[in-house]
Amino acid sequence: MSEKKLSANEGIKTRSNYLRGTIAEGLADLSTGSMSEDDQQLLKFHGTYQQDDRDLRNDRRKHRLEKAYSFMIRIRVPGGVATPHQWLEVDRMAEQFANGTIKLTTRQAFQFHGIIKTNLKRTIKEINQSAMDTVAACGDVNRNVMCNPNPYLSSVHAEVLRAAQDISTHLTPQTRAYHEIWLDGEKIESTEEEQEPIYGKTYLPRKFKITIAVPPSNDVDIFANCLSFIAIVEDGKLVGYNVAVGGGMGSTHGNEATYPRIADVIGFCTADQIVDVAEKVVLVQRDFGDRTDRKHSRFKYTVDDRGPDWILAKLNEYLGYELGPVRPYEFKDNGDRFGWVEDEYGNFHYTLFVEGGRVLDTPSYAMRTGLREIAKIHDGDFRLTANQNLMIANVSAKKRSEVEALLEKYGMHHSHERSALRLASIACVALPTCGLALAEAERYLPVVITDLEEELENAGLRHDSITIRMTGCPNGCGRPFISEIGFVGRGPDRYNLYLGGGHAGQRLSKLYRQDITSDQIRTLLAPIFQHYAKERNPGEHFGDFVIRTGYVAATVQGGDFHKNIKEEAFKN
Amino acid sequence: MKALAPATHSGITEVVQALPAAAAVPAVEYGKKNPFPSELLEKVLLNGEGTTKETWHYELSLDGSGLSYEPGDALAVVPVNAPDLVEGILKAAKLSGSESVEVKGVGNKVLADALREDFDITALSRAVLTKLQGISGSEKLAALLADDAKDQLKDYQWGRWIEDAIRDFATSGLEAADLVSIFRKLPPRLYSIASSPLAHPGEVHLTVASVRYQAHGQGRKGVASTYLADLVEKGGQVPVYTHQNKNFRLPTSSDIPVIMVGPGTGVAPFRAFVEHRGVLGKGGKNWLFFGDQRYTYDFLYQTEWQEHLKDGHLSKLDVAFSRDQPEKVYVQNRMLERGKELYAWLQEGAHFYVCGDASRMASDVHEALISVVEKHGGFARDVAEAYVEDLKKAKRYQRDVY
Repeated sequence: MSEKKLSANEGIKTRSNYLRGTIAEGLADLSTGSMSEDDQQLLKFHGTYQQDDRDLRNDRRKHRLEKAYSFMIRIRVPGGVATPHQWLEVDRMAEQFANGTIKLTTRQAFQFHGIIKTNLKRTIKEINQSAMDTVAACGDVNRNVMCNPNPYLSSVHAEVLRAAQDISTHLTPQTRAYHEIWLDGEKIESTEEEQEPIYGKTYLPRKFKITIAVPPSNDVDIFANCLSFIAIVEDGKLVGYNVAVGGGMGSTHGNEATYPRIADVIGFCTADQIVDVAEKVVLVQRDFGDRTDRKHSRFKYTVDDRGPDWILAKLNEYLGYELGPVRPYEFKDNGDRFGWVEDEYGNFHYTLFVEGGRVLDTPSYAMRTGLREIAKIHDGDFRLTANQNLMIANVSAKKRSEVEALLEKYGMHHSHERSALRLASIACVALPTCGLALAEAERYLPVVITDLEEELENAGLRHDSITIRMTGCPNGCGRPFISEIGFVGRGPDRYNLYLGGGHAGQRLSKLYRQDITSDQIRTLLAPIFQHYAKERNPGEHFGDFVIRTGYVAATVQGGDFHKNIKEEAFKN
Repeated sequence: MKALAPATHSGITEVVQALPAAAAVPAVEYGKKNPFPSELLEKVLLNGEGTTKETWHYELSLDGSGLSYEPGDALAVVPVNAPDLVEGILKAAKLSGSESVEVKGVGNKVLADALREDFDITALSRAVLTKLQGISGSEKLAALLADDAKDQLKDYQWGRWIEDAIRDFATSGLEAADLVSIFRKLPPRLYSIASSPLAHPGEVHLTVASVRYQAHGQGRKGVASTYLADLVEKGGQVPVYTHQNKNFRLPTSSDIPVIMVGPGTGVAPFRAFVEHRGVLGKGGKNWLFFGDQRYTYDFLYQTEWQEHLKDGHLSKLDVAFSRDQPEKVYVQNRMLERGKELYAWLQEGAHFYVCGDASRMASDVHEALISVVEKHGGFARDVAEAYVEDLKKAKRYQRDVY
């Protein structure tokens, strides 16, 4: 039997001495704003990605300049909760070192764009000085652990948040490389090999994503994550979690061996077992995930190849005990609820709609300044939502009017008076910074939605929540394959259109039209909106309707994502 | 150089034709008295999109000029005034421009042409104001020119041009002959040459920042820099001649280390130095300190420096970009950070060069040099100053500042 070669990244990791590579030397070479290819792979583990401004790419050589390199830095925010001080620091660094904006990601993290190499170390250092970090925000490791902001059951939220933070801490890489490179940590001379007790020298085969959800809100999209915990609350008390494995979005155009997959719920664990379960699932992936083909390395393929039963058995073996049977749960939707809500302690929470998760000041809307002013007086916390929005949380009754005054002063008090479609939208960053983007997303989806809003008005659907997501490429960072309407970039101004995802993110969509251009979007969707408005069953969601009426067949699981596609999808 | 007698029979003609074009001895002698009409071969904006600056790279042909230069020399450019400057003067003086005037040394000319080609019509000197006062009899202007009004005069002059003064103090306009009598001749501008003749035979390159600014509610500009940027296209002609700068030269021996501090357009002669030593080979090490506003947009000649580093023509490159972080960081900050190695190079006999802004950069760099010697030589301040003076005396500390 032929031995399949390990993917090139495995060698890079092995040779890197626990993620050091030649990063320190590369940072010191200021003749170029870039880092070596190998170091670029290693930098991901440290929470930063090298990028370049693709809008400027063609012109730069003419000016005798290299590409306009810069770095994206992703700040881990376990459970998406940040303090006002942390918000102010992020705001300051956005101004001083980034491009003046803050991106709230679909994994509840902060993201900076446009940091140049000369400021990279300093920015990462200052992030760490604000009690946040960037390590493992990217790379073949466990990523930012999500949990829903959940303003309703505050006591449960506190417990679940703690669990998210505990998992995050427990699964943080131990390598001292991060300290040495960014925090001026001393190089400790030791004959012993660097310790990486959970990950080992080559870390995981691929990224690993963990989330915790408290039903009925699936805003954290548990079905799209490698490992998810569904909180089971009985009589207001958290008793444990259902464990779901093997979700994941990424795929490659034209390669049917790659596909998005929704997670399988395989068992139940008690609340105190959650960190142990998380660790053991990670170990299963570490030991059995595919390291020869990075397109086949995600945990979802490990689960698909072996089967959920095998995974459960292996997990129980690693645990030394067994997961219990799955307990009942129900998810209603995966959107955010905007405006003010009150929790069981009499505290208030305000969820602000932030289009595309991009916090910035424009001439007509000084959102970033407004949030900064609120942060200055706020004594609660900020919660980033999985839908790229922001919750100003734990506002005491005393402070509410002060916060409200500021919301009004900066025009943020009506942020959510938009169409339900827009409020349920997600777009990844794509251009100009993402090197993987094939088409626009963040800069373009708002325009598409404005266009579609006219059709929605005509059909009387302005207040009907339909999830709509756009990504620049099939990596699917914006989770487009589980939304009711999904656009995935194929090339400049060309997208695949997917329909039929579950309104609560519980079902995959299916290809409706391949390779459409922007001017086709409205003409394709308008008649479907009209049809939906006229003939939907009471309470029937758009994603269910398009399946029932035959626009697309239902996708049951990843394995049939590429099957049962209607012929018309390809006639373009 | 003697002018060749015109070819009167085929023998001489053939000899002339046998010479390679670049070495052809021209029939005319070019120089300060007779600037060479050089073809603009290339113009490249060196700043990237997103910059607030405007620095151009110009490549000019010296083919057929008989002119030569060495790294460290300057090129004189004879500009013309931009149409809007001419318009401004005419409007202020209430003239049409078609009037006939006599230009000393040239003859009779149409006023608009004379304003364009022969006169400095912007720089508002005391001399110009005095002549203007003599013609207009303005009392306000007389007061400004009084001995006790030196500060007010300076205040008035700041950010203003001759056309402003005409508008303010000769409100009913001027006669054409009176107008031209107040001007001095349009002077050429000298620019440090940015190329090595060995690397670019027959060519001369320049690095020129376009001077543009707002003052007193009006867009203003430098005459020669914007002449090159706005009025000459590729293939157009620029009158030039070379200007020797004997006090700014590479060391005669090619293995002496060279340290170059050249922020902004000050980097020009160092491009020439590095190219030159690159072609000559023989391995003297070279160290460049460069600075500007923003790394991403203003790293002048970045891709060339990357090549030079790769080829070993440039040994070390340190950069400082003042607007990339909250604190201002300049080349002198880098010098201090690298003080230990800088001092070591000096001890090895390195020559130290500074080119660029005279007003602040040169003195800051001078101060940093003394500090480096002080700290890493372990000297008292006055001893360090003497060390630096000795460098000057030995011609190992050379400056081209403007």
